[in-house]
Amino acid sequence: MASLFQRRRGKATQTERVRERRHEGFLRYANFRWAKISGGLCLLIIVSYALIDVTPRPNGGSWYGYTLGTIGAGLILWLTALGYRKRKMTSDHWSLKAWTSAHVYLGLSLIVIGTWHTGFQLGWNVHTLAWVLMMLVILSGLYGVIVYSTLPAALSNNRDEMTQMQMLEAIRAFDRQLHAAAQPLTPQDTAPVLAALDEDPFAGGIMARLSGRYPHCATAAALRALGASRSSDAEAREKVVGLLSQKEVALARLRQHLRIRALLEIWLYVHVPLTFALIAALSAHIISVFFYW
Amino acid sequence: MSEPVKVAIIGSGPAGLSAASRAGQLGLSHILLEKTDHLSDTIFKYQKGKRVLATPERLDLRSDCRFAEGAREYILGNWDEDAVNNKVNVVKHAEVTAVTGQKGAFEIKTAKGDVYHAETIVLAIGTQGNPNRMRCEGADLPHIIYQVDDPEDFKDKHITVVGSGDAGIENALGVAEEALENTVTILNRSKDFARAKAKNVSDMMEAAENGFMSIRTETQPKQVEPGWLTLETPTGDEKIPCDVIVARLGSVAPRGFVESMGIEFTGPDREAFPKLSPTFESTVPGIFVIGALAGYPLIKHCMNQGYDVVEFINGNKNLTPADEKDLAAIFANLPQKKSVSEWLDYLRERVRIFADVSPLQMREFMLDSKVAYYRKGDVVFEKGEPGSSLFAIADGHAEVEVGPGITVPIEQGSIFGEVGLISGRKRGATIRAGADSIFVEVSRTAALKLMAAVPGAKRVINRISLERQLLQIFKGGLTVEDLAPVVDAAEVERVPAGKVVLTEGEQGDDVYVIRSGSMVVEKDIGGKPIFLRYLPAGSFFGEMGVLSGQPRNATVKAAVGAELIKLTGESFRKMLAARPQVREATEAAVAERAQMNNFIESRKATYSSAVDLYSDTASFIMKEGLGEATDALLIDENLCVGCDNCEKACADSHEGLSRLDREAGKTFAHLHVPTSCRHCEHPHCMADCPPNVIHRGPDGEVFMEPGCIGCGNCMRNCPYGVIRMEAAPPPKPGLLRWLLTGFGPGPGEPSPKWTKKQLGDEKPKKIAVKCDMCKGIAGGPACVRACPTGAAIRVSPEEFLSIARLQEDAG
Repeated sequence: MASLFQRRRGKATQTERVRERRHEGFLRYANFRWAKISGGLCLLIIVSYALIDVTPRPNGGSWYGYTLGTIGAGLILWLTALGYRKRKMTSDHWSLKAWTSAHVYLGLSLIVIGTWHTGFQLGWNVHTLAWVLMMLVILSGLYGVIVYSTLPAALSNNRDEMTQMQMLEAIRAFDRQLHAAAQPLTPQDTAPVLAALDEDPFAGGIMARLSGRYPHCATAAALRALGASRSSDAEAREKVVGLLSQKEVALARLRQHLRIRALLEIWLYVHVPLTFALIAALSAHIISVFFYW
Repeated sequence: MSEPVKVAIIGSGPAGLSAASRAGQLGLSHILLEKTDHLSDTIFKYQKGKRVLATPERLDLRSDCRFAEGAREYILGNWDEDAVNNKVNVVKHAEVTAVTGQKGAFEIKTAKGDVYHAETIVLAIGTQGNPNRMRCEGADLPHIIYQVDDPEDFKDKHITVVGSGDAGIENALGVAEEALENTVTILNRSKDFARAKAKNVSDMMEAAENGFMSIRTETQPKQVEPGWLTLETPTGDEKIPCDVIVARLGSVAPRGFVESMGIEFTGPDREAFPKLSPTFESTVPGIFVIGALAGYPLIKHCMNQGYDVVEFINGNKNLTPADEKDLAAIFANLPQKKSVSEWLDYLRERVRIFADVSPLQMREFMLDSKVAYYRKGDVVFEKGEPGSSLFAIADGHAEVEVGPGITVPIEQGSIFGEVGLISGRKRGATIRAGADSIFVEVSRTAALKLMAAVPGAKRVINRISLERQLLQIFKGGLTVEDLAPVVDAAEVERVPAGKVVLTEGEQGDDVYVIRSGSMVVEKDIGGKPIFLRYLPAGSFFGEMGVLSGQPRNATVKAAVGAELIKLTGESFRKMLAARPQVREATEAAVAERAQMNNFIESRKATYSSAVDLYSDTASFIMKEGLGEATDALLIDENLCVGCDNCEKACADSHEGLSRLDREAGKTFAHLHVPTSCRHCEHPHCMADCPPNVIHRGPDGEVFMEPGCIGCGNCMRNCPYGVIRMEAAPPPKPGLLRWLLTGFGPGPGEPSPKWTKKQLGDEKPKKIAVKCDMCKGIAGGPACVRACPTGAAIRVSPEEFLSIARLQEDAG
């Protein structure tokens, strides 16, 4: 395994500094170093489990079970530390990409470590609760890995060099123009336009955000209403309709942007709280084991 | 009419006031002429409460007036007191319009028609010039201002901007920010905005379209009253509410006035200064020039010069300048002991580039330089080290390591290190002291100033650098003598970005050496220009034509504005004929390049899309100005999840301010160039930094040392918009405390709201903030370290556009 760390660099100095120039994602980091380590670990466990005859039967309470349990608990705590590592900008040399890579692959290896630790004895108790929570955390993490590797390109395509602030600014600009252009309209036509102006681009709730569907969109409603309307001056109405459809396009872009960002983030709202629940259940599991086993 | 005085001082800024105070202390008959009704108009016009910094710190103040860092009011108050205490004879409202006569009997006329007689004149009028004033009724009311220091000083006001040049439009855009809730009107006397930059005009039009300001053309102010402004419009007079009038009607630069007295400048360009003697005397005997007009924009310099110039006029020949002690410190570590002026003469005699330098200039250059003694064999710098300073050999000689075990001497009087100076690239060879030697190291800024101010020095540096560059490129036992005809026939050409220098298929045998900037080589394959190579400064091209006599086989164009040295084919061929080894070396280089061209052509058939993408990406990179970058942040948007951890890491690694904007910037094929410093080869930000605090560091980073005065020049000069003017936010509670209790703003740059709440009424000074490539942080750039997915990379263009990458991408 030592050869996997061959490329580790010497201590950073002022003149020759460590610089991340390699262009590779967290999954491919260092030629799949952590995938190899984690895969090797899983293989080792599966093979040794089959070879070692634990009496009376494989169980979390055997020496073999304790070993796996200790490794698993240690890993869980270390994997949780990523949240701290990510935010603590110390000045020494570390790469968050390497951490993420290790986090993903070692986290996946917990499926084997945790499950083989149980000796396949599952039931309705606090011990299995810890295992279930762990599996849920891993599943949510798996979702994270999938969206992280599929959605960024869509996010980039959709925003088309615009920033989120610019998207909001574009919508505000259309609102201001709409406000001026809607002045000559009849009150009957003005009402849906005013409703569209009052619309908060962030409103709509979590489901709308994630699905990207906004059935009660006031701008779309105003477009429909004005399209059907025959009152007010036709030219003025046409101008407003034109602006409304431009605003709709801008809104669609912003909503798609928010949708992809929400999809990229939503899993963290499951992954992180479940991790804390897991740590609580794990503590209960460990304490109960030592008190009552 | 008045009694003749010994010295008349024009301008009561820091320089003029200090000069008058010295005259007052010495009991010299003097007069201080100030055009406004207060002293020191430039500083008077600073916004209320602005902190004035006392840089450079190492320089001692020598003046009868006090000066230390403090608020504008404190400093102005001190000076008013000092003027009285020093018995300064000041005349306000005295705008000088003409100076006639000669030394001993000058006649000074003011706008009011008064005439003053003086034996000598000290000109301390600064560089601000006279802003043109409003001329309508009520033009002297105090709510008419002639500059906007900080748009945030205006909130919820009716503001009218008069004048439609760039300054007016920029001010109007500044105060029209939505958050300030001002009602802004801009007036233009004519129909269109012909005097302003297109970008400013389009920004203004957009702001007007969005309802942030109203534009009134063919309109001018008629009458100003408190709270109201009457306009003269094509359809008759109109009265609008108006709390503040910003008048930007242009200004008259002082140069014309100065030249009208007969004073000569060093050159025709805008940066030129009056020619001065060591005692600040101009080319007109009896007229002395000090302060910003003489090229010293810092207050402390100005005040010291005010003191010195009056001492000189009073006949003090032994006065040593205030920088004497600093200069003495520069020479202190040398083995021989000489006085400062002896050392200066010694250097001027022995070093070719200093030969034409005046003693006054010499003092200034030396302050930005180092002199060191090297024992035989000591390394001055190593190959590949970043560095942009210039070395001159005052004693002994240097040895250049051109190959393993092969050295070439550089004789006393000559220079080395000029490649870094001219191209901003890393050191091309290791240099050692060939004997016990004394070398002068001139900083990049000082060297550039030297080249601008002393034509002789410029010629010497250019010639030597060209010879060296050619020697380094062509090697093979070439000597300076072999090169003489080539160098004599060489021409320097400036090419703007995008200009084609060589066209594929055309005949030609000139050879070009890139002195600064960079080039891209393209070849037409299948009707599409395919990017072949990026040529950084220091490389050459066009040699295939000379060797083979064939038409050009690729097109070469400038990636950024560049300087080329054009060598004629004939002289080049003669040189090759004289030195067969050089011919061989050149042919080898040609073969290597041809091989790569072939490689790309062959790949084109099999991996056509990969080659196209590589080529298009290269064009995009060049279009984004990365051709002049030395180290740029790029983001692969196939990997970027938009977590902004790069920005947060940047803020947390520095003073709580992020120096990059991930989301902003252009994108091509999911390759995103965020708004962040590229550490340009020739940093635009360095061009005009009054306190000279922007430098290139040992890792190639362009960074700012403390001492920024907040003038904003660098921000305006940066074409990539990567410099912010911002005050550091107060310290945040620790990370663990935030994680556990939610106390504080969390990682990254705190919101302006939080900062404002912490600071209360305090308004800290905004200074320039830019990327320093995490200088001094052992782990390297934080933005890249903190990227969880590997989307962020830092590269130089030549690394990014290397053939290795194409091979990697092609699989």
